[in-house]
This record gives sequence, C-alpha cells and structure tokens, in this order.
Amino acid sequence: MAKSIKVRAKVKGGVTVVKTLISHAMETGMRKNKKTGKNFPAHFIQEITCSHNGTNVLTADWGTAISKNPYLSFKFSGAKAGDTLKVSWVDNKGESDSAEAKIK
Amino acid sequence: MKKIAVIVSAICMLAAPFASFAANPAQDLKDFKGYFTDRFPDVPLQDFTNGVYAVDKASREQWEAFEEFPPYEIAVDKGEDLFNTPFKNGKTYASCFPNAEKGMVQNYPYFDKKRNEVITVELAINNCRKNNGEKPLKYKKGKMAHLSAYLSYQSRGAKGNVKIVDSPESMQWYEQGKKHFYAKRGQLNMSCADCHYYNAGNKIRADILSPALGHTSHFPVYRNKWAGMGTLHRRYGGCNKQVRAKPFKAQSKEYRALEYFHTYMSNGLTLNGPGVRK
Amino acid sequence: MNNKRRSFMKSSAAAGAFGVAVGAGLIAPRAVLAAWPKAAFEATEVNAAVQGSFGSSAMTDSSDITLKAPEIAENGAVVPITVTSKIPNTEAISLLISENPTPLTATFNLGSNAEGFVSTRVKMSKTSDVVAVVKSGGKLFSTKLTVKVTIGGCGG
Repeated sequence: MAKSIKVRAKVKGGVTVVKTLISHAMETGMRKNKKTGKNFPAHFIQEITCSHNGTNVLTADWGTAISKNPYLSFKFSGAKAGDTLKVSWVDNKGESDSAEAKIK
Repeated sequence: MKKIAVIVSAICMLAAPFASFAANPAQDLKDFKGYFTDRFPDVPLQDFTNGVYAVDKASREQWEAFEEFPPYEIAVDKGEDLFNTPFKNGKTYASCFPNAEKGMVQNYPYFDKKRNEVITVELAINNCRKNNGEKPLKYKKGKMAHLSAYLSYQSRGAKGNVKIVDSPESMQWYEQGKKHFYAKRGQLNMSCADCHYYNAGNKIRADILSPALGHTSHFPVYRNKWAGMGTLHRRYGGCNKQVRAKPFKAQSKEYRALEYFHTYMSNGLTLNGPGVRK
Repeated sequence: MNNKRRSFMKSSAAAGAFGVAVGAGLIAPRAVLAAWPKAAFEATEVNAAVQGSFGSSAMTDSSDITLKAPEIAENGAVVPITVTSKIPNTEAISLLISENPTPLTATFNLGSNAEGFVSTRVKMSKTSDVVAVVKSGGKLFSTKLTVKVTIGGCGG
C-alpha cells in the first residue's frame, strides 16, 4: 500500500462510499519561509484519478486551495464487495503515487 | 459583566492556592470534576474529552467532519512504522514498552522512585532511545509526535489512571504542577485557570475556551493551525507564548509537573487520542 | 467511455491549440490524463475561472445543488465542504472561493457511475462566498454560501 494515500471504500445498497486521505504538503507557493525570506515553492496535487476495475469513476483537477493532507469523498454505483478501487495523484512537480483498496 | 467575572475570578484565584495548602489530590480531583459538571450540566462527563466540541455545537460539526477521516491517522501510521523499526542494536521500542499495543498511556505520567522524577511518555521514549544507543528526538513535533500518536492511539478507550504516590517527593511534583496551573504569568498576567477553569466555555476573541477537564486525554494533537502533530508540551509552550510569557522547555521540570497535575485531573475519563483540533 | 467524455469537455472549453489537441486525442496518455487547466486556475475572478473551465460563465441558480459548509470556519486553512447535486446527469462539479486570490479550487469530473456528491477540505484566505458549479448536458448551474473566516487560512 502506498504510503501517501489511505483509502476506505464501503458498499451498501449498491452505492460505494469512498473516503480518502492523502499525505501531501499542498504548498501554495505564497507561504514565506521565515528563515530564508523566500516563499516555499508551490508543491500541490494537480490531478486525482479514481478507478474501479480499470474504469475511471472520478477524476479531478486540483489547485493550491485544497487543504494540506487533502481529504476527498465521493460515491458511485456498480461495484460490489471485493472489487478493487484505485486512487492516484500527480502533482505539479511530476511526482505521483497510487494506492489500491478492496471495497468492503 | 465580563469585568465583574474577571474580578470575581481574581478573588477566587487568590483563595485557591491557600485552600490547597495541605494538598489532597483525590479531593482536588473530585472538586475539579464537580466544578465542570456544575458549569456544564448538559455535558456528560465522558464528553469532556472532546474539549470545545463538547460545549459548542457549530465547531463540533466541523470537528465531526474532520473525524470522518482524521489527519492524525497519517501520524499514527508513521508512528507505528517507527515503533516497529529496530534500533541499530537490533532491539525495538517494544523492549522498553511491552504494553504499548495493549495500551499504556493511561498510566502516564508517573513518578519514578528510583530516578526521583516524573516520567512522561515522550521522556520515556527518549530514555528508551538512550538506553539503546540512539540519539534523542526533539520533543515537540516530528518523529516524537508520531511515536506518541501511535502509543496514544493504542491506548484509546483506556481510562486515565495517573497515580499520585503518597510520598513527599511525588507530592512535591503534584503541588508544583497545581501551583503552575493556578499561577498568573506573562505580560497578559493570566493563569491556565483564568482561561480553562474560570472562563471555560467563554469566548476569547474568536476562540472558545476549552474546559481543563478532559484536556490531556487526546494528546498528541493534530492542530489545523500547525498543519501537523504536536505534543502536549508543544501546546504548553504555545499557550505560554499566547499570554506573552517565556515558555519553558519541552520536558522541563516545570512542564512535567504541570502535566502530572493536569493529567491527574482527568483521571477516570476515557482516553481518546490522538485528536484533531483547530 | 469516460475518457471520451473528458476529452469532449476539454475541447468544448478550449480557446486554443491545447484544447484542440486534447480533443483530437493527440496528447498521449502519460502520468497526467490531460493538461491541467492553468488559465482557469490562475483566473482571479469567479466568472473568468468558470469560463476557463467550461467555456462559458452563464450559470443558472439551482436549488438542486446543496452546499454544506460551516457558517463560521474554525480555521480558514481547513474548511470542510460537501456538495450534493440532484441535477440529473451531473458531469462535473466545480468549487470556487470568490475571495481567494485565485478562486478556482477544484473541478471534479464524474464518471457515468459516480453520484453527484463530493466532499473535501479547502483553504479560505478570508470571509468569502463558496460557489459550487454543476455542469450537466451542456448547461451550468450554481449555488453559493457565505463562509465566515475569522483568521485567514493560507498558512501560519
């Protein structure tokens, strides 16, 4: 399991509720480093992709105003317990990570 | 109205330390709990561990939104990894803390007779590192806070069980901590009690003051303000700075004595750490 | 199926070569599925940001969009927001914070099985309107709420 993404997915009555918590600085580029006087460079997730059994369920474009250690929750139908949900992100530096979780 | 409250509280404050000359921790604890349950009659005793959220509905809703997937879980995971990573000599933290997984934080801090001092979780972590040839960790955030978060999480559900041993040495620590809690300090000349005892539930600018009962149960804490984890002594330092007092060092005698008294005052309440706060 | 929907959206919003290239599938799939809409994210006004995202800023107020946000944010750096859309065929939900230096916060593109629901935590620099925009069938709908911020949430 990737270190930066925690995923919890539960299906009930045909609807899967997904909750995810990602460890990421989401630095806006406008915060000053008091020690150096310069701004901390912008470092934030730009794209999120969530897929179920290989099909994209949700994708998102993010800006710097998503909070640090971002949280995202969404719902979708058509999955059953035991299916796999995948969450991945790419940030403005080109770094990325992804994680898979079994839908409970 | 507020001015009267301040004057009344000042008079009460003067009365408090003299009344406690012959300290009786068990009675203090009873009185402390009684004061808060009287002040907030609609709050069940165990709910005090939720601090401000026990007494303010609007902020409680936001807190519950955070608890859907709380940011401290990241720290707990990191702490667990750290806890299970062996030292250079091959041993792990488990050798110092055999009860970590079952829950051990409810017994901290404790007075160590041999060392003749109060030991906190964070101090114990560094003692463990020292005994195993590792460098000490800084006390306020980072790895120390992550380890503490893991230990705190494992101890969730246990009831606070700080023991004030009936010995002159241990009582001295208790009394010093109690004195610190009620003593005024800083340019703003305020005590912990001024905010968290006499004015618990009232507003100070845009913030609502949390009751001191249940204060320590959820530490270490992920504060949105810090955008990260911090230990109890990190918060003590911040609070002291907020009344324009020079903070003591984390794990100093002063803060450990305060923690001893402060944590004892929540004995019997269920631990719910780590927590997320504003 | 979802990729096609996404390309269609991008090319309909595009003003320039970029949009055309994506629509034609010329930008090969790599780590990022499609170009990050820089212009929209750098727009300093809500309408310009919506225009940049969807190719139009004509929004119809809708009571079928529910925005849940605190009346007074405890900390502007982390404000929990939930958007629920009962509009049929909700294809995308966009969140904007009018008083932030750059209002566009996020756009969620929903696959055909996704419900009109997103919940996240955002930064607000000061008291501001939070605007939720829903795209469905080539039309834009919106609703907004004022969230008070006593201390700015961009850092410190």
